[in-house]
Amino acid sequence: MRPELIKEVKYVPYSGNMAAAEAMRQINPDVVAAYPITPQTELMQFFADFVANGLVDTEYIPVESEHSAMSACVGAAAAGSRAMTATAGPGLAYMWEVLGIASGMRLPIIMTVVNRALSAPINIHGDQSDMMGARDQGWIQIFSENAEEQYDNLIQAIRIAEDERTRLPVMVGMDGFVISHAIERVRLLPDRAVEEFIGELKPMYPLLDVDNPVTHGSVAMTDSYMEFKRQQREAMMNAYKVIREVGEAFEEAFGKKYEHIETYKTEDADYILIIIGSTAGTAKFVIDKLREEKGIKVGLIKIRTYRPFPYYDVMDAIEASNCKAIGVFDRAETFGAVGGPLYSDIATAMYLRNKQYPMVSFIYGLGGRDTNVHHIEEAIDKVMQAAAGKEVSFINYLNLNE
Amino acid sequence: MAEIKTAEVKVPPLKKLTNYPEKLAPGHRLCAGCGASIIIRQMFMVANALGYELIWANATGCVEVCTSIYPYTSWRSPWIHNAFENAAATIAGVEAAYKALKRKGKLPTDKKVKFIALGGDGGTYDIGFQSLSGALERGHDFIYVCYDNEAYMNTGIQRSSATPKYANTTTQPVGSESLGKPQHKKWMPEVAAAHGIPYVAQVAPSHWKDFMEKFKKALLTEGPAYINAFAVCPRGWRSKEEEGILVTKMAVETNYWPLFEVENGKWRITYRPKNPKPIEEYLKLQGRFKHLFKPENKDKIKELQEEVNRRWDWLNKMEEISNREE
Repeated sequence: MRPELIKEVKYVPYSGNMAAAEAMRQINPDVVAAYPITPQTELMQFFADFVANGLVDTEYIPVESEHSAMSACVGAAAAGSRAMTATAGPGLAYMWEVLGIASGMRLPIIMTVVNRALSAPINIHGDQSDMMGARDQGWIQIFSENAEEQYDNLIQAIRIAEDERTRLPVMVGMDGFVISHAIERVRLLPDRAVEEFIGELKPMYPLLDVDNPVTHGSVAMTDSYMEFKRQQREAMMNAYKVIREVGEAFEEAFGKKYEHIETYKTEDADYILIIIGSTAGTAKFVIDKLREEKGIKVGLIKIRTYRPFPYYDVMDAIEASNCKAIGVFDRAETFGAVGGPLYSDIATAMYLRNKQYPMVSFIYGLGGRDTNVHHIEEAIDKVMQAAAGKEVSFINYLNLNE
Repeated sequence: MAEIKTAEVKVPPLKKLTNYPEKLAPGHRLCAGCGASIIIRQMFMVANALGYELIWANATGCVEVCTSIYPYTSWRSPWIHNAFENAAATIAGVEAAYKALKRKGKLPTDKKVKFIALGGDGGTYDIGFQSLSGALERGHDFIYVCYDNEAYMNTGIQRSSATPKYANTTTQPVGSESLGKPQHKKWMPEVAAAHGIPYVAQVAPSHWKDFMEKFKKALLTEGPAYINAFAVCPRGWRSKEEEGILVTKMAVETNYWPLFEVENGKWRITYRPKNPKPIEEYLKLQGRFKHLFKPENKDKIKELQEEVNRRWDWLNKMEEISNREE
């Protein structure tokens, strides 16, 4: 970072919602259309305060539903403006139809998803079933481990989405309450540093260019629909590169590394845990504890980019370790399938490298169920049993009352 | 609410209007005799004459499907289709982007632009109702135009809340135990007016001068305007293609489709048939009401006449009450 900017860096006690709202203030989008839903409500309230006090130039639309929030974002982005929103759980589910439209129309919309369980039974607490349910809707999906990552990821998401090689919407997820509502230390970048980093949006075929009228969202019949979808895959493959490049640019500008995955003590690890989101933080603590107290060498792979899925990054990390068995943690269910959604992705990754490590699936934290040190230790014990060739139940629920 | 200064803005005579270039290109795939394309062209004529650029958000439906099959488009005007139920929310986003970018000096300032959301009765009365209500309540500067052909015609004549009672539709067909749709039509412009928006109008393309005058007012309105346009559907109504305008005229002349407006809370009936015709004159032109002409269903026609009278009386009362000098 330039020396004169370093002085302007601030360290603040912020919740995830505060950090996300602060990122939105600094991004200063042209349009924000949002609908409040627990645990995202606070985020929207913080942003509404910025609007009410003239701290942003944003045209703010407090819509009547999440469906309209995403619909308005589609209109705003197609018009040629920078559009952002935020939602959680059932709100994301309600948006589902329009999510595919946003990505299909290649609109660089940015959204925070405060990850929340889906009904029924109704539950306002954290899990990742919302984003997993939206997995195949063509959005780039990034998950944060803590409030500062949510802040950093949102800033990077602007560049990732607006790059002409991608032009895809990005959702950035953080666990409901555990991240969204917990106060922690967050590094805030100077306003002008963020402004410089994200740059100006270059509109493509904007609707508001009345001298060059364009048609957005046409009907594609059997003769052209598939080609559109094929191009989306191409854009998603490009996103893999772009996310890495933007991560590198972020590191160069602000001195903090962001990659598709984060590895923690995997190099010499005998056992590997693979986790998305806030529980990765708890796992790091357990890993240190087990190494110190018992000399058990466990490592962690935290998935930051979930779509496009970094298959080779994951396999490179596993193959560079002494991996004897893997524990995959899913904070979402895939009823009727093998393991959770992440489990399936890791199985695919192994197939791509022609490997077959023993792998145990853990379903945890559904509807905000606590996952503490003890539960992760319990999981590691199962992974060690699997490594020793013992029979371990294929799917395991952590902290379940049975 | 700001007064709509309409008197000094004049819609030029028809001869002049036809000289402007067509912005809905020929070659679109709407049926012969379709009312919707006539409505759109009449709107373009007024916008052209008054120097407005229209920016459209079109709900899924007949017009959307028939004008935008890739790689072709009939729109010589900026146009977006998002989904079935969200034309109003989509145009809200476009309008917000316009305001934001204009404020930042990123758009030319010399253009007169108006935002139009266009939907059929399905996208308006039914599935898009929430999105529309939200956009009207928030007061976006746009015109919502519903081309009301009284059923889901694009997908083959399924009933909607705009379908009149006893009409034959494919999801509430006439049968040995059924006389078609059991409920009366929703009074949608009245519902729109209940949002307290500055301008609401009901129009019919047969009465094009009335329509154009109202569309002009909508263009000049700051804030939301709602226009409910009668859109004859020969295919769905089982009427003759060449009789589209006749059917439309008859809807007006029987008071089935009253032409009225609500301007800043003041209700006004803009056309009063000298001798309103009985509802049969309208019904008999359409196969969807054929079963009502069986002798045993005479009372059903009477019932439809009563509903027409009820709405007409109600509108007259609204006109009287809202214009009363206190």
